[in-house]
Amino acid sequence: MKKVSRSSLDACFAAIAASQKLYLPVADGEKKRGAKYAPWFEGAVYSTAVNTVRSAKDFFFPQVEKMTRFKMDGKQIEVEDIRKENEDFVIFGVRACDAASFAILDSVYLSDPVDSFYQNRREHGLIMTMACGKPTETCFCSVFGIDAAEPAGDISCWMTEDTVYMQANTEKGEALLASLPMLEDAADDAAEETKAAIRQVLDKLPLKDLSTDAFGGDKLMKLFDSDKWNSLSEACLACGTCTFVCPTCQCYDIRDYDTGHGIERFRCWDSCMYSDFTLCAHGNTRTTQMQRFRQRFMHKLVYYPSNNNGTFGCVGCGRCLKSCPISMNIVKVMKTLGEGNE
Amino acid sequence: MKQETLIPKIGVVTDIRIDTPDVKTFRVVGLDGKKVFEHMPGQCAMLSIPGVGEGMFSITSSPTNTEFMEFSIKKCGCLTSWLHMMEVGQQVTIRGPYGNAFPVTTDFQGKDLLFIAGGIGLAPLRSVINYCRDKKDEFGSLHIIYGSRSKDDLVDYQEILDEWMTDDNVRVDLTIDREQEGWDGHVGFIPNFVKELKPDLNRTVLICGPPIMIKFTLDGLKELGFSEEQVYTTMELRMKCGIGKCGRCNIGDKYVCKDGPVFRFDALSELPNEY
Amino acid sequence: MQDTMMKRASELLADGTVVRVLGWKNGEFVYDPTPAVFDSAEALAQDFVYHDFCGSNLSKYLIELSRLEGKTLVFLKPCDSYSLNQLLTEHRIDREKVYIIGIPCDGKLDPDTVRSSAEGILSAVTEGDSVQVETMYGNVTLNKADCLLERCTVCKSHKVVVFDEMLGENGTVNPDSNRFDMVEKLEAMTPEERYEFWRGELSRCIRCNACRNVCPACSCEQCVFDSPTSGVSQKAAADSFEENMFHIIRAFHVAGRCTDCGECSRVCPQHIPLHLLNRKFIKDINTYYGEYQAGAEAGSRAPLVNFTMDDCEPNVIYKGGSK
Repeated sequence: MKKVSRSSLDACFAAIAASQKLYLPVADGEKKRGAKYAPWFEGAVYSTAVNTVRSAKDFFFPQVEKMTRFKMDGKQIEVEDIRKENEDFVIFGVRACDAASFAILDSVYLSDPVDSFYQNRREHGLIMTMACGKPTETCFCSVFGIDAAEPAGDISCWMTEDTVYMQANTEKGEALLASLPMLEDAADDAAEETKAAIRQVLDKLPLKDLSTDAFGGDKLMKLFDSDKWNSLSEACLACGTCTFVCPTCQCYDIRDYDTGHGIERFRCWDSCMYSDFTLCAHGNTRTTQMQRFRQRFMHKLVYYPSNNNGTFGCVGCGRCLKSCPISMNIVKVMKTLGEGNE
Repeated sequence: MKQETLIPKIGVVTDIRIDTPDVKTFRVVGLDGKKVFEHMPGQCAMLSIPGVGEGMFSITSSPTNTEFMEFSIKKCGCLTSWLHMMEVGQQVTIRGPYGNAFPVTTDFQGKDLLFIAGGIGLAPLRSVINYCRDKKDEFGSLHIIYGSRSKDDLVDYQEILDEWMTDDNVRVDLTIDREQEGWDGHVGFIPNFVKELKPDLNRTVLICGPPIMIKFTLDGLKELGFSEEQVYTTMELRMKCGIGKCGRCNIGDKYVCKDGPVFRFDALSELPNEY
Repeated sequence: MQDTMMKRASELLADGTVVRVLGWKNGEFVYDPTPAVFDSAEALAQDFVYHDFCGSNLSKYLIELSRLEGKTLVFLKPCDSYSLNQLLTEHRIDREKVYIIGIPCDGKLDPDTVRSSAEGILSAVTEGDSVQVETMYGNVTLNKADCLLERCTVCKSHKVVVFDEMLGENGTVNPDSNRFDMVEKLEAMTPEERYEFWRGELSRCIRCNACRNVCPACSCEQCVFDSPTSGVSQKAAADSFEENMFHIIRAFHVAGRCTDCGECSRVCPQHIPLHLLNRKFIKDINTYYGEYQAGAEAGSRAPLVNFTMDDCEPNVIYKGGSK
């Protein structure tokens, strides 16, 4: 384990940023706007906010990504592969929930056939996680077996009043830490006290006892047929907020754009909450908002676990709890559907 | 950089056949004049005209055809309307093959097969039919029940007359929805026609057609004594990636593009009726 | 107020005046009630809430609900009643199918603001001018005035403008709301500064469409941005300026019909001050066509869809780009 004083953290950032792009959470303007990831700059202040408004999935699965360019000439089409090898980058301050979300995205994008766009970003990204000093009421990562005191990533960090401890978990992480001269050696158990303090807080979180017993692949038809979906979805605005702030929502659309000089094919985030998500020339398989709403939660709580050995498609980051315009969210869905169904 | 399945190849349309007023069959080869890729019966490919759209189409030619691939496409949306306006020589983008296939090398081996198709639903089955005809020794006899709105809407009609009906190993029963001049064959809807014909219960069944036809035909087959385990169908939902990642073609926990499009009805009946 | 509302709703359900009640349902935390429909006194007793976090505007839900059999009871705050009137003007709601109970409002709290000042919220109650927040990390006292939704800090009216009955005393219009202050600041900027301001704000957009979907003025059955054949995708900006166009086009579309209910800014997950676009239009309409408040009365003709001989001609006001 390594350590650095908090006063030297900036020097540490500067050293990383000297060789590659470094992103870290910073305040996003006025206080209520919370934090966002931004490229490090001289004078950037690392935000210790419990989480960023947008998730860290953006780094590997950006909202919009150009895929191919086509040149059209009469009856002829030319396909141009515009992919470029990414440059190395480091993301600092990723929370345990978001770090766990990468494993979920990996299971989709890195399974055969591999998505090379995602893989490219993933291979060039180095993740430095930060244990959660001050988890908040909307946090429920422990429900999905995630330990906010022991975040994953290439390097895990813990912060105390005056010190940041860093533990490399991968060779890539090891190499980065070795390249930072301001780091000092620390005892392997130096962060134990901090971890214990975090776990004490985690134990007091109001959502820590949220039960997942009623969910999973084996309860597919029972949950699908539940009559509770109607009332759960009745106020849903059919917007994509929950989907877009969610670190594990990975659905995308592929669209073409006429640049005037050719066609650019891009992909972009899509939401199963949108009415055109399943729209075909011959009709739509999900015509009501209830069906679309149900799809989103069934995917996270039933379909995904069914295809991934019981792992749920939620990491308990709590973003949907904060962002949904009508305050409907996965916790309410789980509690309502779970009632009497354990 | 690694190969990317989402980046398509170029196909050239070398022949266009007008099947019905709204169905055309397109012959596609690669820029080198050869097949763009190999496939198995029931598999699909993503065809696209950049700037217009991309869509999943079943490959209607048999894999035993070593020269080209064919797609029978009904005009019903933006992309298909564009495809119907194409002329020979037009290039399209193509990627695939996608999805599973009918189990022609396993479960179907040695079986007598019954094909039931409605309208453009013959398209995906044509690949299997011709595959089985070309590999006669591996299969029993073939029985094809095919119907459409009218005589003019029968896809591959010429091929049915010239090749399938003249094949000793194939029995073909045709029907159209309403009486029509010049038609002395059967008139009536497919589900009823199937019940009247009382096909051999030993046959493995492949159905494809409009959802409502599939539903009633399946009910009819069950009445006749067929079990869900003997009946296969092939599905179509909105798709974007074709590889089980974009998240839109799921029926329950199954993705039609990856786990399908071919499903056996006993598996389908355990899934939500969202298709 | 909550008890009075529940009691009255239960009475109206019992005597058959209404068959359902549109209100707010208790959330997981104190600050996250969800709009909900109740069909019995028992359902109301179980989940109905009304408090300072019930900020959401219920008017738009009545488009759907007024198509159902029987009358729907709705509780409307002053802001929400302007939206309802506007929807009546646009013939989107059948007035006969709605029973409106007006409720006074002295400002709703912004959960984002409260959360940003008090982490780990376990409970929060308003006491006079302050909000007492109990958190996992200790108790916090906040000034209510500092925690209000933006629209409440510049409240245009405390008056419920359409109701069948009023619970409590109706308020009055507030002509000195200062709601155009920020618009004036933007107007005072150079075009470059203003461009930078809006580029900075609008480029934060994630195209979730929450602003559009919550907006009572956006009541089209199908939005042009949702039409697969329109050529403008709803989901992503195909180029770096598209999200700006989305918001600008939307602002144009609701111009003259926007009541300034502030829902667009309330729901934006990225906290983009979208209401400023609409307020600029409102201010301009006031300046050029005379004071007009959309939704102040049902059936009023908005200046932009009306013509009078006194109307100023655009070419008179702007000659060669200058006034």
